[in-house]
Formats: sequence, structure tokens, C-alpha cells
Amino acid sequence: MAAPANSPTRSDAAETVEDATGPGRFGRLRRWLPKSVLGRHALLALVGLVVLVLVLEATPPFANSQFATMSYYAIAAAGLTVLTGLNGQISLGHGALMAVGAYTTGLLLTPDGLPLVVVMVIAAVVTALVGVVVGAAASRLHGPYLAGATLAFAIAVPGLAIYFHDFLGGEQGMQITAPRPPAWFSDAVYFLSANETSGVKFLAYVGWVTALLVLLLLANLCSSRVGRVWRAVRDDEVAAELAGIKLGRVRVLAFTVSAACAGLAGAVLGVVVRLAAPSGFTIVLSIGLLTAVVVGGLGSLTGALLGSALLVFLPPAITDVGTSIGLDDVQAAQLAPLVYGAVLVLVMLLAPSGAVGIAKRLVPGFGRGRGLRGRSSRDHHSTRRS
Amino acid sequence: MTEPRPDPVPPPGAVRTAAPLFAVDGVEVRFGGLVALDDVSLAVAPGSVHGVIGPNGAGKTTLFNVCCGFVRPDAGTLSWHGEPVRDLRPHKLAGTGIARTLQGVGLFRGLTVTENVMIGADRHRRAGFGSALLALRRSDRDERALRDRALAALDELGAAHYADRLPGSLPYPVQKRVALARALVAEPEMLLLDEPASGLGEDEMAELGALIRTLTARMAVVLVEHHMDLVMSVCDRITVLDFGKVVADGPPDEVRDDPAVVDAYLGEEAVQ
Ligand SMILES: Nc1ncnc2c1ncn2[C@@H]1O[C@H](COP(=O)(O)OP(=O)(O)OP(=O)(O)O)[C@@H](O)[C@H]1O
Ligand SMILES: [Mg+2]
Repeated sequence: MAAPANSPTRSDAAETVEDATGPGRFGRLRRWLPKSVLGRHALLALVGLVVLVLVLEATPPFANSQFATMSYYAIAAAGLTVLTGLNGQISLGHGALMAVGAYTTGLLLTPDGLPLVVVMVIAAVVTALVGVVVGAAASRLHGPYLAGATLAFAIAVPGLAIYFHDFLGGEQGMQITAPRPPAWFSDAVYFLSANETSGVKFLAYVGWVTALLVLLLLANLCSSRVGRVWRAVRDDEVAAELAGIKLGRVRVLAFTVSAACAGLAGAVLGVVVRLAAPSGFTIVLSIGLLTAVVVGGLGSLTGALLGSALLVFLPPAITDVGTSIGLDDVQAAQLAPLVYGAVLVLVMLLAPSGAVGIAKRLVPGFGRGRGLRGRSSRDHHSTRRS
Repeated sequence: MTEPRPDPVPPPGAVRTAAPLFAVDGVEVRFGGLVALDDVSLAVAPGSVHGVIGPNGAGKTTLFNVCCGFVRPDAGTLSWHGEPVRDLRPHKLAGTGIARTLQGVGLFRGLTVTENVMIGADRHRRAGFGSALLALRRSDRDERALRDRALAALDELGAAHYADRLPGSLPYPVQKRVALARALVAEPEMLLLDEPASGLGEDEMAELGALIRTLTARMAVVLVEHHMDLVMSVCDRITVLDFGKVVADGPPDEVRDDPAVVDAYLGEEAVQ
């Protein structure tokens, strides 16, 4: 990815500066990274795992539970950013897809039944299948029509849970028995940090190991041909089709991958919250995810992580502000969705490339050459002659 | 194609060598009451440059859209290597061996120049979804092969040093070259060029003309173009459309002096 020695002679100054400084700090570091895509991404995941252990062992139980919450937002947001940022399909239905994952987990997870890992995989597969159907319907729709169709899906799914109340628990929802940490896990944690393993900490580990795995696989996809084809279809359908790409199939694949992530996120949510109930999967969840993805930076997995942190740590902060200016608890709690909406609109107007886009502009070389390039502001400088 | 024969009835062997690579026969397209193409036929010989010209709105782009499967003809047939083509779809085109550039540039604005061209080479891919998901060696190897193809195509068109740039940051003529590289990297047997010279200067146009002639060693080229100098200098055969009808068809010298062609263009000038 280094700038070629014979850089183009005709280019604007900013471009040249960026190209010259690009390989600096990060480029030198990159030379030490493994050559293969898998090696690079696995190394990052490993670093993530170390950070995870350090953070979870150093923070109190309440923070552990916040990190557990963040893990399922991160999984869902990562899936959504791939769909919306890379393939250009907007979805307001991801909250409902999470519901599919959570209810599947609720139905299958019994104290002496299938192991948690198996249940989570089944939840992902079931949601992916739902994603195939929704994605096939969505693949012919664009912009507001697509938003409308996925919105209808988001509203219909919680309704199903109420309709089949004997089976799915109706308005009250389904209790989910939280899995207990296995003995080897508690031993390992005690060995590492001499800490006892709380149930919450175990769930935070489950959520984040899942999240790291999802991020690893998505990063693989994004830097491969699959991600490139997704972006090509987003940018120009006609040209992509002429290159032999089947638009419908590519869109359905992106939706399916994204749905599988949402299903896994729903499974993690289920065991963390210990409940799958319609009130947990309202349209606010879908809009929250979309906000996270846009604020973090569309199409960027790093951005999805930043955005999911925002979803967890921003609402309590806003509620605090609300109570401190004299609102009662209910009013203060309702402030958060309002702030989401405002932030979403502001980011779209002022910084459409999100937090990651801003970081890229401030730190030369940030996130370069990872194949997760969002639409940078550079491509607006068209020198087209008319 | 080899040598001119005085004999007006060629022997059967010669007929086979001159068999068209691609043929359009009696195609008709209607948009509501408007007849955009009316009984249009043309035959593209292998390794030839076939020009399609005509005044604005004559139906040239519509003809290309029929050839690509974007528009279904109301009547008429297409054939490829002498076989009739049924159920033509745009996404099947590349696999068939036909590439097309779009009027304008139609590059993917969020992909680098190399990635744009790699999309054009996508039909040469080997690795599937599974190996991409797990980033297997197979996927890495496939990516490297596609990248090498793309860089070779860019190199051929003198655009290799723009490889890591986004297309929006490049001058328009360079963008057109990248779009051409994206079409060429698919290694088509027939290349459809829709106004490749629009927005180019004199020198760039001469370069393009020379390039098109070198391509004939590898493929047939069908060229829609408004610049008469370019068309007359590179084409082996020209089909002239006017109001959706073929008004002339033949070698450049013949077409140039055809009264029907002069009429069509005089009509256009009178309107302007
Ligand atoms: N999708 C469509 N629906 C209705 N009419 C159309 C459509 N596409 C083309 N036409 C009409 O068909 C006629 C031929 O159009 P076409 O674009 O093929 O012309 P052209 O020869 O490519 O012109 P130009 O030189 O301006 O590119 C025009 O009258 C045009 O208005
Ligand atoms: Mg046209």
C-alpha cells in the first residue's frame, strides 16, 4: 500500500502530502505484521483478547455487565455496518433479527440440554435463514422503500411473540436460564488474576469472544473479493452487472451474513439479559444500531465498535444530565432516544464519514490498507469535464 | 479477410472464415409509440472494428442495450458464434466473452483504481465465499492473481501509477482509461465501446484510435462514437442508424459518400 516511487505528477497538494506521510508511523508498523490476511486479522484478534482479559479483570462487576451489553451491540453493529456501509442496503429490521436469535436461544437453552456454543450457532443459522427471506424481498428495493419494508418487518416480529403467547411467552417474554461458568473457566480466571468468576463476568467473556470471532470473520470477508463485490454493487449496479456480478445474489448474501451476526447478537443478549421479551426489540433498538453504525463511521468495523460503546455508555450519561437539570426519572430515561436521533442527523449533516472518518483526517495513515475504506471525502473532488 | 477476391461468389471455405462473431438480425424495439429500433441487422466479423454511427437519438445506445440484455427486443434475434442467443442477461455477458464500457465512465467511486479493474477481472476468480470468510491461502492466492491481472491491464493503458487512487481524484481522461482497463481485463472476444472518445483531447483521441487498432489482434470491437475522424480512421465497417433504421452499412469509404448518410447528418445540422 506504500505510495509508488514515481508518484503521479498531477495531483493536488493535500493528496501528495497524505501519500508521503501515509507509510510513516503505521506503515513501518505494518511491515512487522504477517503477510497473509488471516495472519494479520488473527493477530489483531489476539491483541483484542489480551485487552479483553485485562479490562474485564481490572473492572468491577457493574462495568463487567456494561461490557457484556456492549458485546452484543458490537456484534450486531458490525453486521449492520457491513450491510449498510459496504453494500449500501439500509435496514431498520436488525432489532427484529436480534429477536429471532434471542427467542431461538430461549427455546433451545435448557439447564441440562444443548451446550451454549451449539445453541448460539443454531440461533445464528436460524436468523441467517430468516435473513435469506427478508434479504430476497429487500434485494429489489432501494432507499426509502427498503427502509420501509425492513421497518414493517421490525414491527411485525415482536407482534408474533405476542400472538403465539403460549409458545413464546407473550408480553412477559421468555425467561432464559443463564449458563453457569464451567469449572475449567473459573480455574483459568483464578489462575490469571486470583479473581473469583462472577456470572456476569463469564457472560462478558462469552459475548466478547463471540464478538472478536465475528469481527475476525467479517474483516476477512471485507478484505476479500466478497467485500469488494459488495462495495462495487453499492457504487454502480449497471457496471457491476456488466462485470458478471449477479446483483440479487450479492445483496441477499450480504443480508444473510448481516442477519447471522444479528442472530448471534440476539443470542448473547438473551443470555446476558436472561429474557427475550417483545419490549426488548422495539424499533428503538434498530434505530440505535443504525445510529451506532453511522456515528462510528459507515462500513468500518472499528467504527461499529466505537458506535456500540456509545450505545452503552451514552444513555446513562444523558440520563444523569437529565436528572441534574431537574427532570424526573421517566423523563430523563426518554431523553436518550431523542439524543440518538439528534446525533444521527447531526453526524449525517456534518461528518458523514463518522468518527473513523474524522480520525483518518486527523491521523495520517489511520486505518489505511485494511480494505475497509469507507467513502472518504476525497472522492468528491471530481475533475470531470463536461 | 486475407486478400481481396475478384470473384463475387466466394467459395464455401471463405464463407466460414468470414462468419460473423456476433450478429443482430431484424431487431425491433418500441418504447410505447416510439420505434427506437426498426428491423436493425448488423454482423460483426471476428477481429474487426465495427462502427455504429448516427445522429443523436438514432438508437445507438438502445442497440447496445439490446446486445447487453438491458432491453428486450420486441422482435429479431441475436447470435454469438453462429448460435442464437436466448435469454440474454447483463450478468451473463462477461462469462460469454463480451465486455462493454458505459457512456460516461461508470467507475466504482468507493473502490481504488486497482479494485475497480479487479472487479472487471472477477470472472477469472477461483475462490469462493468459504475461503474468503476463513481467509484461506486459496483466497489470498486468488486475490493476488486478480491483482496481477488488474495491474497488467492498467500498465497496458499507462495507468499503473494511479493504482491506489480513488477514481474521483483523477482527471477525466485517466478515468476513461481505467474504465477501458476494467473492460479489457475480462479478456473479452468482443468489446462494446459507447462513446469512448467523449471528453478526450486531440492527442488522447489519436492514442485511443491506435489502441483500438491493436486490440483487433485479440478481440472484435464495436464502436459507438460521434467523432467522425476517429470512426473513419479505425473502423473496418460502419453501420449508420437514423431514426432507428439502418440507412447504410459498409466500409468507411463507401459510407462516407452514401447520399442517405449525408442526408441523415445534413438533417441533423439543419435541426441544430
Ligand atoms: N428507456 C427508454 N424509454 C423511452 N424512450 C427511450 C428509452 N431509451 C431510449 N429512448 C428513445 O429511443 C431513441 C433512441 O435513443 P438512444 O439513446 O438509443 O439514442 P443514441 O443514438 O444513443 O443517441 P445519443 O447519440 O444522444 O447517445 C430516442 O428517441 C430516445 O428518446
Ligand atoms: Mg447514446
